[in-house]
Amino acid sequence: MIADTTHRATAAEAHGGHLAHHFDTAEQQFESGKLGMWIFLSTEILLFGGLFCAYAVYRANHPEIFLYAHRFLDKTLGAINTAVLICSSFTMAWAVRCAQLGRSKAVVRLLATTIVLAGCFLGIKYVEYHHKWKEGLLWGKYFHAELAPAAKAPSAKPTLAPAPAFNPDERSLIPPAAIGPRGVAKPGARSPAELAGAGPPHDVQVFFAVYFMMTGLHGIHVIAGMVVLSLVLVRARRGEFGPGYFTPVDLAGLYWHLVDLIWIFLFPLLYLIR
Amino acid sequence: MSETTEHKHGPGGEGGVAAHAVPFKVLAAVWGGLLVLTLVTVVVAGVDLGSANLGIALTIAVIKGSLVLLFFMHMRYDRPMNAIVFIAALLFFMLFVSLALLDTRAYAPDLIPDYAPELPR
Repeated sequence: MIADTTHRATAAEAHGGHLAHHFDTAEQQFESGKLGMWIFLSTEILLFGGLFCAYAVYRANHPEIFLYAHRFLDKTLGAINTAVLICSSFTMAWAVRCAQLGRSKAVVRLLATTIVLAGCFLGIKYVEYHHKWKEGLLWGKYFHAELAPAAKAPSAKPTLAPAPAFNPDERSLIPPAAIGPRGVAKPGARSPAELAGAGPPHDVQVFFAVYFMMTGLHGIHVIAGMVVLSLVLVRARRGEFGPGYFTPVDLAGLYWHLVDLIWIFLFPLLYLIR
Repeated sequence: MSETTEHKHGPGGEGGVAAHAVPFKVLAAVWGGLLVLTLVTVVVAGVDLGSANLGIALTIAVIKGSLVLLFFMHMRYDRPMNAIVFIAALLFFMLFVSLALLDTRAYAPDLIPDYAPELPR
């Protein structure tokens, strides 16, 4: 950071912020920093966007996998985690407000609370991941869970349910069944008639690949956020922030709110599939 | 922690419009609203509404996200450029997912239910 000592905004200097030589005023510097953070947040949206797109495509192609596998996730823990992150966002926004009003002690307390709540989130996440690990509900080729088999073993000649009487006035929401190619299905692939039975669908590990990728990347962002907030907390304890200079608190807050924003969308998509 | 001043304009430092502090009442109201909406999401997910469940859950998530964006992230009081940048990213993301799903929909009739190739383990 280049601090040209011949250009000073007295208010900014007094509170620990330096006016870099390529800015005219401290306000311009602050607004530039803010815009930079918003641009970074846009890249984060696109980063998670790719994963959300993968989720959308997989779920559109194989809804049965998502319907089946999401029940292994604990809705209560997920809801608690959502509430924890919402509370941490509140304390973060409050900390920014206190920094703007010059309440240094409150800033320190609120930042510390935000970090503690983030730790709670990670703790609950650990509990969830540990459960998955124990049950073998892992991603891709590491999936080795024992899934409840079909209710009854399919006989050589599966009997189809009688077709319902045709009612021309009724609009069916069921799409026409696709006819599989004869003689090409691999052994072990189930005919559509077997599906009426029960049991886990093929490739349940796909759901867990999506789950771990999305929540894992989000968890890494939470950890990174905790590191950043800790650094800001150290500076806050030194009394560096006040009405004249609160940029780091503000920008760290923006990042933290984005982490909360992403979880707000992750929670219903992964935990509340119906 | 009750506040009487709602607006704080820093004198000559990072002051002006940028130093607007969101009123505490607004922050607390948004916080309460977010928690209530989370509860609503969970409760509605327990009711089987068929394909509407996804739409309702996403709608509530969008409302919650908007509350976080506008008030916690200060977008309501900021200069428009920040909002333009972020919303542009959201629009491009939606375009991305729409096109991918269009393609998926186009091939949906060719899908055999629950038929999957043997994946390497």
